Amino acid sequence: MSQDIFVVAEHLRGTLADVTFELLGKGRELADATGGALVAVLLGGDAAALAGGLGIADGVVHVDHPSLAEFNPESASAALVEVVAQRSPRLLLVANTSMGMDLAAAVAVRRDVPLVAYATDVALDGDALVATSQLYGGKIYTESVLDGPSSVVSVLAGSFPAAAGKRDGSPTVDAIAAPADIDTGRIEFVALDEPEGGDVDITAQEALVCVGRGIQSEDNIPLAEALAKALGGAVCSSRPIVDSKWLPKTRQVGKSGVKVAPKIYVTLGVSGAPEHIEGMKDAELIIAINTDENAPIFEYAHYGVTEDLFDVVPPLTEKLES
Amino acid sequence: MNIVVPIKLVPDLVEELEIDDDGTDLDRDFLSLRINEFCDHALEEALQLKDAHGATVTVLALDGDETDKVLYTALAKGADRAIKITGIDGAATSRQTANAVANALEGIDYDLVLTGVQAADDRDGQLPVLLASRLGIPHVSVVSEVAIDGDAIHIKKEYAGGVTATLRAKPRVVLGVQAARETPRYAPVSRVRQIMKEAELDEVEAGDVGAGATSSVRRMFTPDKGEGAEMIEGDADAIAAKLAEILNAKRS
Amino acid sequence: MPETPTREIFLHFSTAMELVFYAVAAVASVVFLYGFWLRYRKIRRGRSEHRFDDLVGRIRRAVVQIATNATVRKGDRFAGLAHALIFWGFVVLFIGTCIVAIDHDILRWFGLKMLQGTFYLWFSLTLDVFGVVFIAGLVLMIVRRWVMKPAQLDYKRADEQGGQVDRSGYATDDMIFVWLLLVIAVTGYVVEALRIAETMPAFERWSIVGWVLAGPLSGLETETLVNWHVWTWWFHGLCALAFVAYIPFSKMMHIFTDAVNLVFVDERAARRLPPLPPAPDGNGDGDGEPKKKAAPRMGYSRITDFTWKELLDLDACTKCGRCHVACPARAAGTTLSPRDLILDLRSFANEAFGTPEWLTQRFGRESKWPLRDGGTATALDTDVATDVIRPETLWSCTTCMACVAACPVGIEHLTGIVQMRRHLVDGGTLDDNLQGALMNLGDYGNSFGESPKKRGRWTKGLSFKVKNAKKEPVDTLWFVGDFASFDPRIQGLSRTVAEVFHTAGIDFGILYDGEKNAGNDVRRVGEEGLFEMLAEENIAALDAATFEQIVTTDPHTLNTLRNEYPDLGADYRVLHYTGLLAERFASGALSVSRRLGHRVTYHDPCYLARYNGEIDAPRDVMRAIGLDVVEMPRCGANTFCCGAGGGRIWMDTSNEQKRTSEQRIEEALELDGVRVFVTTCPKDYTMYTDAVKTLGCGDRIVVKDLIELVAEAIEPESVEAAASDEAGAAG
Repeated sequence: MSQDIFVVAEHLRGTLADVTFELLGKGRELADATGGALVAVLLGGDAAALAGGLGIADGVVHVDHPSLAEFNPESASAALVEVVAQRSPRLLLVANTSMGMDLAAAVAVRRDVPLVAYATDVALDGDALVATSQLYGGKIYTESVLDGPSSVVSVLAGSFPAAAGKRDGSPTVDAIAAPADIDTGRIEFVALDEPEGGDVDITAQEALVCVGRGIQSEDNIPLAEALAKALGGAVCSSRPIVDSKWLPKTRQVGKSGVKVAPKIYVTLGVSGAPEHIEGMKDAELIIAINTDENAPIFEYAHYGVTEDLFDVVPPLTEKLES
Repeated sequence: MNIVVPIKLVPDLVEELEIDDDGTDLDRDFLSLRINEFCDHALEEALQLKDAHGATVTVLALDGDETDKVLYTALAKGADRAIKITGIDGAATSRQTANAVANALEGIDYDLVLTGVQAADDRDGQLPVLLASRLGIPHVSVVSEVAIDGDAIHIKKEYAGGVTATLRAKPRVVLGVQAARETPRYAPVSRVRQIMKEAELDEVEAGDVGAGATSSVRRMFTPDKGEGAEMIEGDADAIAAKLAEILNAKRS
Repeated sequence: MPETPTREIFLHFSTAMELVFYAVAAVASVVFLYGFWLRYRKIRRGRSEHRFDDLVGRIRRAVVQIATNATVRKGDRFAGLAHALIFWGFVVLFIGTCIVAIDHDILRWFGLKMLQGTFYLWFSLTLDVFGVVFIAGLVLMIVRRWVMKPAQLDYKRADEQGGQVDRSGYATDDMIFVWLLLVIAVTGYVVEALRIAETMPAFERWSIVGWVLAGPLSGLETETLVNWHVWTWWFHGLCALAFVAYIPFSKMMHIFTDAVNLVFVDERAARRLPPLPPAPDGNGDGDGEPKKKAAPRMGYSRITDFTWKELLDLDACTKCGRCHVACPARAAGTTLSPRDLILDLRSFANEAFGTPEWLTQRFGRESKWPLRDGGTATALDTDVATDVIRPETLWSCTTCMACVAACPVGIEHLTGIVQMRRHLVDGGTLDDNLQGALMNLGDYGNSFGESPKKRGRWTKGLSFKVKNAKKEPVDTLWFVGDFASFDPRIQGLSRTVAEVFHTAGIDFGILYDGEKNAGNDVRRVGEEGLFEMLAEENIAALDAATFEQIVTTDPHTLNTLRNEYPDLGADYRVLHYTGLLAERFASGALSVSRRLGHRVTYHDPCYLARYNGEIDAPRDVMRAIGLDVVEMPRCGANTFCCGAGGGRIWMDTSNEQKRTSEQRIEEALELDGVRVFVTTCPKDYTMYTDAVKTLGCGDRIVVKDLIELVAEAIEPESVEAAASDEAGAAG
């Protein structure tokens, strides 16, 4: 039974994703524990250039094919299934991201191996791997035992420090031939679009005021804007606010939005769904205002307030201005 | 175009979730279920496609306490057919759900499957990719826009930071919907009640939903509250003063 | 021998002239009847509706209202007086003219004559006196309209349609109406004077005005007088006939439509909304058994969905503008004015049914009215709730009922608004906030999206346990309501209410998670199915409990429980907490330990004062605890809305330029020495505390619910306070 830990190295436009380093850091730890190798899996991309950033891995496997030039769920799944079929790693770590979601379950079904999703931690306990998942909007955690020969775990971004996985080097790159079913033509890549520019870049702000469902109405956004102005920053939001079109997509923090790490992060009526937490938990100072004392946001915030935001924000803005 | 929308019902997070005596699952006796919000978006996107291009929309859900209500609501919103998958436990894993839906789809003529990209309870993976892999058809997750152009389906897939990819697919394909183009529509109660009187839900047996390779839960727990935020109390003004102090200290 | 007092009809007329007159009169009558028939045909296009119960009582009530002009006088004494003068002048002159016609055109052929002798003398006197009354009324109206210019007579629309609307036709119509009547009245006297001046018979002194005017004319040549008499007679006669012909095509029609409208008015309109209208192909027209149970109409989307009474409402409007100035949505600067809504629907109905209205509003080419997307739909297929009245306008209504209460002619604006909202809800044309609230109400029975299990959680921290009325009998069942149960700002007030009830020895309990939102505002939003569902669930819980009466702190809840639940089979005694406390103070069960002595003003909640007439009880309680109440100009049933009703509290209200809650606080700030603004409604409390914050006038006025003041007044005196009092007394 292989003791190798495989990590899917996610890349977009020639750049490795931050979360990949998080997984590599964890993968290193696990490989050291199992005594196996840590292997990074590159699907498409310029292996020579990307491998340089994967120095922490003992090796890199690369599948290359024209259909992998840009991420294509169909081709990438087929390629990854082939890698797992050939190498049977003890554990395949995939990020629970837009790309990762299209890969993890495909491998699990097609190779008939167990999958645990939404992991925030993976550890070796005796002979078994134990993955901790964050479920039910962060209200419940589970520990799943993976004692079979091979498993897949998809990990929430932000679960591990990225720094631990960043190491330059020149691991050996093993090419694996693309499988026959890599390009069925059933899905074609058309284009990659950047977000519409022109709006404030919230990743560059020192202070952010984030509005969530608790803001209640589009009418109340100016309240948050006034506070942001007093703090010298900008307004951002959780997903529901952008879905309601109260703020542009460029202001969305979290999974499918952007990841931010400002000095100050004040949340107004944000409950703290894991998808949001993922995007903001590295902020230096987090203050959460939410009338629901059980909101998960209070676990991540440094300071919490359960008074009504409509009562607290106006005097706060006033005091900051003076 | 025939669109199928498998709908997952998930525990209502508004209610307190309790863990059973074994400590490995939720206490399902008092659990109230509701439609997974991403599935609600998937349904909305399907109905938007129906409105724009003409399509039949079939909704599917595993039989359970709230299933009838959810399916009738979908019909009231404009779905054409609703199917209840019977003979499967409400506590089915995502993989079992995917198998049940795949079995149900055997008797259905479909081109496109839209379902929620994820759900609060899918510990063993998200339904869209599990289902597509079981059906042997392609999949795209985190979809925010779908357009139909003849036989081609144009899909917007979202990445972090607002970057999106446009992909083109041919039927059949499973899409994991992140957000519909519009807020899911409202189903007026009188319409739902009317539908309940008039329409019938079809039923299909789940068939063999064999769990496949699986992991076991050894512990379920609620996160520690220990390391939470320092709570600031008092009246609004006092709180504002204290917050201003903290913020000013950080700014300086 | 004195001459027999009488006069010759058609004096100095040749037979030919007489025939010409009859021919013209016949034409005028035909025009009148044709116009009248067109109007009648239009009303007949409305859906059937049963308004014929207690017809005798209805007619009696309408006759009294019309004879006394009570509804016109209410709220506007000047207009009421002027209208009453015109009304009675017109009625008497009309009867007089009828007598002349009967005498001349009927009785004459039987060799009979009424208009002679003493009868003629009294006839002359009466008509001359009422002619003066009539003219006085017209002059007052002219002064009011063109000198005093009250705001309600300004026809400027709330929804200006980009200036693409011309309502000068309305002003012309007004002008024709009043001046034509004045000309007819004045020329009537001139004709009379010229006739009398010819011979100056002594008995004509009874025609006092004619006699006085005839004096100076008597010196003229007989031939001149005869000529003038004939010509003025023709002028007077033609004007009168023109008036008759003009009636059905103008505002003058109100003399018929308003009389009928007042007969068929629903005295419980707005307080109790109708269920969904029956299916279009159902048994709505009473033509036998329904064949199949078809789906009900989800509100109104076509002009033919309106009932005949609602179409009659449109024609009954005299543009008096009382609803326009009373409407809070209009005051807030939204696109809604109840007057404009009625007039737009009227203009549209006339277009749809081919009913002519001669001087109406005209919309320019750039206007989006009535077919906003320039659609090809014919008028009968036009969606009235989208293309005639805009959704934004319909959503602006707070259902405060000020329009219905202000209307002197029994127009029920609110029903139509809610029916059109029902159609909007059915089609999903509702804002996200409202949709979210409705979904929460459907899923959890409260708009806060909280677990129903937490409904009774506010009782934590009380000095006693609140009885669970689901489990044990109570005397008084407290129906708490959403805001009082879940809004953190109101929960404190709820606890105070509980403590006061406890102190007052009231045996009360609550339904805990058995209670759902009562549905008053859900129904007014237009989500009828959800209202029915909530009501059914509440009624099941109420039926299972044992109690004598229901009390609530929320006037909205009170309204639906008291006025709408009975139709669903739940007929209970429902009190507002102020009523219950007033009873307790009166009976001595509650006593005051210290009289507060503040100078306060009191805001009557719409649903308490206007909807349910509960005006005295809160004031009795305030007096009992020693408050000095200074009334705002708009008080009692004439109160002004806080802006939260009809589901507005759940909606995006950014179309309000100036919130009514802020206008109301400013109204209170005008009062001398008032520092406390008292309310008795959870929504008011929320709205007004917000308004005080927005206006930044927290140092000048503070919003309190009456219960807080009651609690303060009945609290046992603390030991120190009592001690210092004694010391003071000793010193």
